[in-house]
Amino acid sequence: MDSITHLADLGYLVAAALFILGIKGLGSPRTAVRGNQLGAAGMFLAVLITVVQMQAEAGDAGVQWGLVGLGLAAGGAVGLLMAKRVEMTGMPELVALLNGFGGAASSLVGLAELVRLAPEMAAADGGDPVPGYALWRAVFLVGVGASSLIGWTTLTGSVVAMLKLSGKWNDKLALPGGNAVKALLLAGAVVSAAMLLGDPASTTWLIALTATSCLLGVAFVAPIGGADMPVVISFLNSLSGVAASATGFVVGNNALIISGSLVGAAGLILTGIMCKAMNRPFKDVMFKAYGAAAGSGGTGEKRTARGYEADEAAMTFDGARLAIVVPGYGMAVSQAQHVVREIADELEANGTEVRYAIHPVAGRMPGHMNVLLAEANVPYDKLYELDDINSAFSECDVALVVGANDTVNPAAHTDPSGPLGGMPILDVEKARTTIIVKRSLSPGYAGVDNDLFYRSSTMMLFGDGKKKLTELLAALKEL
Amino acid sequence: MIAALPTLSPEVLIAALSVFVLSIFLGFELISKVPPTLHTPLMSGANAISGITIVGALVAANVAMEGGRSSLAAGIGVLALALATINVVGGFLVTGRMLAMFKKKER
Repeated sequence: MDSITHLADLGYLVAAALFILGIKGLGSPRTAVRGNQLGAAGMFLAVLITVVQMQAEAGDAGVQWGLVGLGLAAGGAVGLLMAKRVEMTGMPELVALLNGFGGAASSLVGLAELVRLAPEMAAADGGDPVPGYALWRAVFLVGVGASSLIGWTTLTGSVVAMLKLSGKWNDKLALPGGNAVKALLLAGAVVSAAMLLGDPASTTWLIALTATSCLLGVAFVAPIGGADMPVVISFLNSLSGVAASATGFVVGNNALIISGSLVGAAGLILTGIMCKAMNRPFKDVMFKAYGAAAGSGGTGEKRTARGYEADEAAMTFDGARLAIVVPGYGMAVSQAQHVVREIADELEANGTEVRYAIHPVAGRMPGHMNVLLAEANVPYDKLYELDDINSAFSECDVALVVGANDTVNPAAHTDPSGPLGGMPILDVEKARTTIIVKRSLSPGYAGVDNDLFYRSSTMMLFGDGKKKLTELLAALKEL
Repeated sequence: MIAALPTLSPEVLIAALSVFVLSIFLGFELISKVPPTLHTPLMSGANAISGITIVGALVAANVAMEGGRSSLAAGIGVLALALATINVVGGFLVTGRMLAMFKKKER
């Protein structure tokens, strides 16, 4: 029996190595597909080892194939359907939800182990313990506490994020009290976990731990608004890894500890990249809602921007050498990525070079615009990062902004102490003509009016992104 | 009764903690520079890997239902297994789908 455990541990080590190679591969375009396959292979190996070990070590009762098969089949079918059915526009919601499921699964494993072992632990606590029991007991219970706290927070936080992304969240549901409530819930969860350390069989403290952790996730994500979503989603991604790592200590499995930590670190790196792109410290995203900070929200003066027609806008492309498309969340909302591609095709046929400028936090999750444009068959070598494209705006004839606002707001330069101050932006104001497709003049998420809308070099096309761009495409074809 | 419970030696705990800390550092080193094109696939791929908790869920679901706490534990285990499997299967498949789109270059 011992040798089986050792062989299994070696197998888990191989799986962990495959995960490391997988994550490394996912970091570079040439190796990403292989990286994903290596990760999947590692997971298959880990599952296979576990099942074989369960079979080999099963006593008289045998493996509960009914239960195990039920869980695998139900989860596999749902996972398959979700992955096949999801539209690329629904990707942020799916990623958020999968983060949540991962966190919940880790919590539930800790919970199941605690429920299974608590009676025996209560008996052992009363008697004469064998050597090594006390240490195991402490690690086990701290692990259960950590995986519950982090896992449940990840679940409810992700569900709230998903509802917000799909526009189904009622903003009035924000919990009162703000940061004090968060601190109170966190303290409550930690105290509950500590009480379980004293009495593992206590149902009361178990329920208290679960409830406070779940509420904590809601309290954290509910006040966070749309444009901060890329930060939140990558942070939840990180948490789902940390929860798995904590569960690794509960069940004593190094594969969980290693892969969970890797994912935790990867998620944190993305979180850092997103924060940097917004010039917002992580603590501000978590503890300071944008709306509150930007109390000024428009200086009261009413300015009017002139709206243009699609055919007027189309003329500015006549004879243009370089056009730069700047997509934002509005493109995702109106699913305009395919029309954007068709316009680019039309322009290229007329001899205009088309590039795409992608702000790191455009959209609602890291890489959101890249996924949508890839879906519309835009080759990824035409997508430029902020640092690589910004110098090109001054040579560009037309900048076409589709549903972006804060990421192109010159206030980031002109008002250094404002909410957007210091945020790296795409310098579309330097283009000869800027065409902005937007539903209204309403300020962006940061609550700052956009000066760009009122410039003489700007043409506003008011309306739904897809509708306006379709008109623009028709006008371009008539040119 | 007592014999049924696991034990842990300080050596094993220290080894596990070492693995934990070193893996965190490794994670930071592995992907310090990621092009934005890969942000979403990296996230969903990493998420699928965090579904490794499926290993714990398999063991948790494999409890004989003998009534009372054991059937509760088994029920929780099966739910954990289902969620972890969604995480793993959904995560790797959707990452593969995204990456397949990125592959297309010039038509």
